[in-house]
Amino acid sequence: MPVSLLWAVDVYGRVYSLSTRGQQWEQCRDAVLEFKRVTAVQQCCWGIACDHHIYLNVHSSDVPIRYQEETFENQRWNPLDNFSDRLLPSDRWQWSNITGLEHQPLDSFFLPSSNWEWEGDWYIDENFGGEPTEKEGWTYAIDFPATYTKDKKWNSCVRRRRWIRYRRYKATDTWAKIPSEGHSGPLPDPFNDISCGGWEISEEPRGRLSLWAVSLQGKVWFREGIHHHSPEGDGWEEVSLPGEVVQISCGPGDLVWAVLWEGQLIVREGITRDCPRGSSWVVVDSPNPEAGAIHVAVGDNVVWAVTKDNKVWYRRGINSYNPRGSGWIGMIGEMVMINVGLNDQVWGISCEDRAVYFRQGVTSSELSGKAWKAVNVPRDGDIRSHSSATQSVMSEDSDTKNGPQRAVLEVGACPSSPPPDPPPVDVPKPRIPKVTSDSFISEMLSDRKVKQEGATTAVTAGPGDPQWSNVDLEETQTHLAVGLSSVATYTLCQEEPYGADEHPLWAWVSGGGCGVDSLSSSVQSMSLSISPAQTAAWRKQIFEQLSERSKREMDNFKHYEQSVWVKKGTMQWWRDWKPHKWVDVRFALEQFSGPEGNQDGILFLYYNFNEEKKYLHAFINEVTILVPVLNDSKHTFAIYTAERTKQRWPIRLAAATELEMHDWLALLSVSCCDSRGIQGPPSKQALWSVTCKGDVFVCEPSPSLETCPYPTPCDQMFWHQVGGHLRLVESNSLGVVWGVGYDHTVWVYTGGYGGGFLQDNKCVGTELTDVKCVYIYENQRWNPVTGYTNRGLPTDRYMWSDATGLQECTKANTKPPSPHWTWVADWAIDYGISGGTDREGWQYAADFPTSYHGHKTLKDFVRRRRWARKCKLTTTGPWQEVPPIPLSDVTIIPCGAQSIVEPIPLWAISNKGDVLCRLGVTLLTPAGTSWLHVGTDQPFKSISIGGASQVWAIARDGSAFYRGSVTAQSPSGDCWYHIPSPVRQKLQQVSVGRTSVYTVDQHGNLWFRQGLTPSCPQGSSWEHISNNVRKVSVGPLDQVWIIADKVQGSHSLSCGTVCHRLGVQPMEPKGQSWDYGIGRFHWSHNKNIKGLFTENNLGYESFDSTRRFYSYMPFP
Amino acid sequence: MADDKDVLRDVWFGRIPTCFTLYQDEITEREAEPFYLLLPRVSYLTLVTDKVKKHFLKVMKAEDVEEMWFDFEGTPLKWHYPIGLLFDLHASNTALPWSITVHFKNFPERDLLHCPSNSVIEAHFMSSIKEADALKHKSQVINDMQKKDHKQLWMGLQNDKFDQFWAMNRKLMEYPTEEGGFRYIPFRIYLTMSDRPFIQKLFRPISSDGYTHTLGDLLKEVYPMAISSDDESKRYQVVIHGIEPLLETPLQWLSEHLSHPDNFLHISVIPAPSD
Repeated sequence: MPVSLLWAVDVYGRVYSLSTRGQQWEQCRDAVLEFKRVTAVQQCCWGIACDHHIYLNVHSSDVPIRYQEETFENQRWNPLDNFSDRLLPSDRWQWSNITGLEHQPLDSFFLPSSNWEWEGDWYIDENFGGEPTEKEGWTYAIDFPATYTKDKKWNSCVRRRRWIRYRRYKATDTWAKIPSEGHSGPLPDPFNDISCGGWEISEEPRGRLSLWAVSLQGKVWFREGIHHHSPEGDGWEEVSLPGEVVQISCGPGDLVWAVLWEGQLIVREGITRDCPRGSSWVVVDSPNPEAGAIHVAVGDNVVWAVTKDNKVWYRRGINSYNPRGSGWIGMIGEMVMINVGLNDQVWGISCEDRAVYFRQGVTSSELSGKAWKAVNVPRDGDIRSHSSATQSVMSEDSDTKNGPQRAVLEVGACPSSPPPDPPPVDVPKPRIPKVTSDSFISEMLSDRKVKQEGATTAVTAGPGDPQWSNVDLEETQTHLAVGLSSVATYTLCQEEPYGADEHPLWAWVSGGGCGVDSLSSSVQSMSLSISPAQTAAWRKQIFEQLSERSKREMDNFKHYEQSVWVKKGTMQWWRDWKPHKWVDVRFALEQFSGPEGNQDGILFLYYNFNEEKKYLHAFINEVTILVPVLNDSKHTFAIYTAERTKQRWPIRLAAATELEMHDWLALLSVSCCDSRGIQGPPSKQALWSVTCKGDVFVCEPSPSLETCPYPTPCDQMFWHQVGGHLRLVESNSLGVVWGVGYDHTVWVYTGGYGGGFLQDNKCVGTELTDVKCVYIYENQRWNPVTGYTNRGLPTDRYMWSDATGLQECTKANTKPPSPHWTWVADWAIDYGISGGTDREGWQYAADFPTSYHGHKTLKDFVRRRRWARKCKLTTTGPWQEVPPIPLSDVTIIPCGAQSIVEPIPLWAISNKGDVLCRLGVTLLTPAGTSWLHVGTDQPFKSISIGGASQVWAIARDGSAFYRGSVTAQSPSGDCWYHIPSPVRQKLQQVSVGRTSVYTVDQHGNLWFRQGLTPSCPQGSSWEHISNNVRKVSVGPLDQVWIIADKVQGSHSLSCGTVCHRLGVQPMEPKGQSWDYGIGRFHWSHNKNIKGLFTENNLGYESFDSTRRFYSYMPFP
Repeated sequence: MADDKDVLRDVWFGRIPTCFTLYQDEITEREAEPFYLLLPRVSYLTLVTDKVKKHFLKVMKAEDVEEMWFDFEGTPLKWHYPIGLLFDLHASNTALPWSITVHFKNFPERDLLHCPSNSVIEAHFMSSIKEADALKHKSQVINDMQKKDHKQLWMGLQNDKFDQFWAMNRKLMEYPTEEGGFRYIPFRIYLTMSDRPFIQKLFRPISSDGYTHTLGDLLKEVYPMAISSDDESKRYQVVIHGIEPLLETPLQWLSEHLSHPDNFLHISVIPAPSD
């Protein structure tokens, strides 16, 4: 989990932040003013300073916020001046926007505020839809507006070119003042409360946020236009109200609640993707009729409130269909304010000691949590003098990996375990208020019989007689005097019983950007911290030496203590002959020590055929891969040997339970590795690959794998699994391996092994998660009477189906891909589907199945929309996260660095298409240190770096780019050279070897770049090599490996097949033919048995991404 | 192996392949075959050699058998040192398997302690743990433990139960966060070429000005000879559990992760191989 921050303001107006990896509250030094309130989200923090102005603190990132301004220069031809800026009177402006409707000379562009700066001057864009234009960048047409081409023709009468200039947001990591102006001049009164959220409402525009503010007069304002490229937003819009508001809270999604002066609460309704401001308010009564509400905090699915008597309330029954909820439940604890952060985690400030408290035990199934725990962390400055009553950080049930050096942000003291060391003399007396487990709340919650609200409110005691004063600073006291102040007042310990330095008194806390994982199995308080020393060189050295030691001292001597043994079980087997079906078999694994002391074994499969007992066997040392095939009906896996790979027909087995399958897989995996002498972590030369299901496999290359002329056939390569779940993996021959998950999270290989189902018998890696979406389609047909309905023709597809329409997929019956995945959200309309959608997410077409478009025409008779539901996998593997920028592609130089401190070039593409160059990657620090942003004029999608630091990339428009002058001194190079794609093909992916450059286009064609020489590194033209190619990977010696589709086997077709190019020689870099390896069946002959034997529930894993195969044998 | 827990596992499950041969002068009824065994690095010789004894007793007469003891190339092996330490100290750069000679006569009273039963090993092991905790926590953690907890530590070692041992031992590895480490690091530095059995001094993991002490700092303070300066070739190897940690490794981390079960960091300083 990436580092994130918890923000807080103390009663003196000083702003502090606490990093999830930090050990102390860090004061925000550059805050010149005192602050009243802050509201944080992951990318920024908003605050109200004592001058009542709003300030914005955008966290700096390796990828800067930059915005491309563009304008077009238009010219017309006339016989006298040739092309000139003399246009016809009816023409557009000489400088205009793309439509020509707006006059846009270069000097009409201004920076939006002083927080921006220009990155450079205006320049001409010489890329026209993927094709390079002539030097001047002109594109020609017959007339405005018309279709432009890059070539001048005899009838080209007008031309235009595009000028671009970037501006960059510079006010990062500092408090930038936001002018308090509405669309019609300055706002009438200053701000009193602020709340930021709403990032889950829509992904368009990117980074969109909702910001709600309350003025001193009780008006509510909504800030328009906040998104990634406009962090400050445009201006304030007033939101009409049924009363005067004192405080407002906005969740990550569509939940917005506010507190009225009179103590009731109002709930915003009608917040949607198209209307993030919402449409109307609904009043909800205060939980306690005697004491009105003074504070409310909302999250994704929760609402917490505080009443005037400081009682804390939890709102029951909140969901996206019912933002009002159904009833209040009184909670234990007295707070002055509460804040709900990410994952509905709750933070509060106690009214007794003004400490920040964290709600423990908040999970998606128990949103109300269990108990309050104080966050006892020193502030910077008092870390030495102040010694809090810390207890030993390793509590009884945490495992040792949460060693002392990790447990940093310590929440509270657990009274049961004695401190290991005598408390220092100057320990402050424990002032922890009633820390009582109130898990009875959960019992009440689970009690579905809704009680009368009065009954539930009666749980708490009657109102006390609290002492009122204003939480805010002296400045606000004046407003109190003039009667403007809110009722949102809080008790403040008037006579401070102890010095301020001894115990911080907090006024406000905001956890909206603080990622504390509630699901983490470790003690919750500890999940806030990760050791920064995790990547230190000495640590890595110890890991490596220990693993070498094990190899040296143990691996060759295992036979000192070993014997023969057999494991038996029963399973089901997908029998080899027709009719194919699952039959019960007895299954046995016999293991014994081979002559050289290595383990070996034989698999036996006993079955009955025509009343006759028969068996099938396989030698363990001939197994090439074991693949778990997870689906929702059976726990199956497949065993391949070289012979069965050739047939494209593995031994397919199903275990009775998942546990049993994992036991067998783990056992077989260990015994296969043993029989091939594979121990411990993969070697540095290992080949890495991922399947289309996200499983990670490695193969130890044998010296003969790439020998010439007789390499080991691909189907004899032995693959074994490593924990983790990745969408792509990239390695180099030095053992630096990076992976990217389906949720674009970036992982670096830690040098371990095991994980996943192997966890019980090998070294366990770290816990990791991945998130992906499951998609289903809602299909409708138009009829003249009722319009579009869910009643289709009898021949139509299911009205709820998968993408092909062949399988019925309803919201209710669609399950996560396997039992390992759990739903983490509800079904939601997916507007991001290619082809575009209308406002309700529909795509139209003349009939199923054709191409769909996002708007309705007269010819359209059917429509569909895609629903997506996020699911999450938690597994383990030897991977460490590289926060914070999510990636879509990554590439590592194939060879190079010899010494352990020499930098290793690594490039990547962020999931937004930014090109990034990683700094500080060495053998000792494979994760590197930071990203260097490399500017591009459009988003990119694929990148590859070759053996001589040649960087090639593919832009979203399908054209290729070559990066010039990349050297060790200038790791990011100097400029991009635009390389047109093959005619009428959009390139998808690129891979660069020592000298070869290969690309794959959108139609699966493999292209080779011709004419590459040291003096002309861009080459001259593309040559077609193959079709049906999904991915290509070129090694450091120009070895070519691909993932191919439609490979014919003796029993069936396969797709996603790992193939090796044969005959690649220094003088013949294109090679001659393909050698086909492991891959998946194609179940085309079974497709007709609809719903029973479709690819989905019988499908094998196909390899999806194979990156950078390496050999350590040079060409002869 | 990303995790510090993996280090603990690797340390615990370290094994040294050993070939036991009977001393040539021992009287046997028939020729004694050598006996091969994987010795746990963290255990004690007399604790894990029951099988060896049984093996050789098969070929010997009962009257020829006295207390069993071991030597390596003429050096008697002290059973009260952990096995890994004995190997690192005496046999680091020799070929595997480690060749140990087994004796049943002429017990070297001057060099070795008698070990009549496992309870002697237990007493020695527990006294080491207590001494270590005295250094680390002024004995407070070990004294707060109950008798059964002590037993759990010992049974964990005796039965090679990693989880059982560490469930208890991790308490001994705790320290107050604000102090950043133990009071003193329990360590012993062994030299092959010295008359002193080992060096042991008081040394803090964190200096008074908050600086984190490393393995290099310790050696500079206690045995500067072990650190070769930049211009000369390496004269000594600093070996813990068969590996040479970088000198910049924090001492506190080493103490938590590379200590033997007796809670001491046993550091061998041996001459670097000349090749």
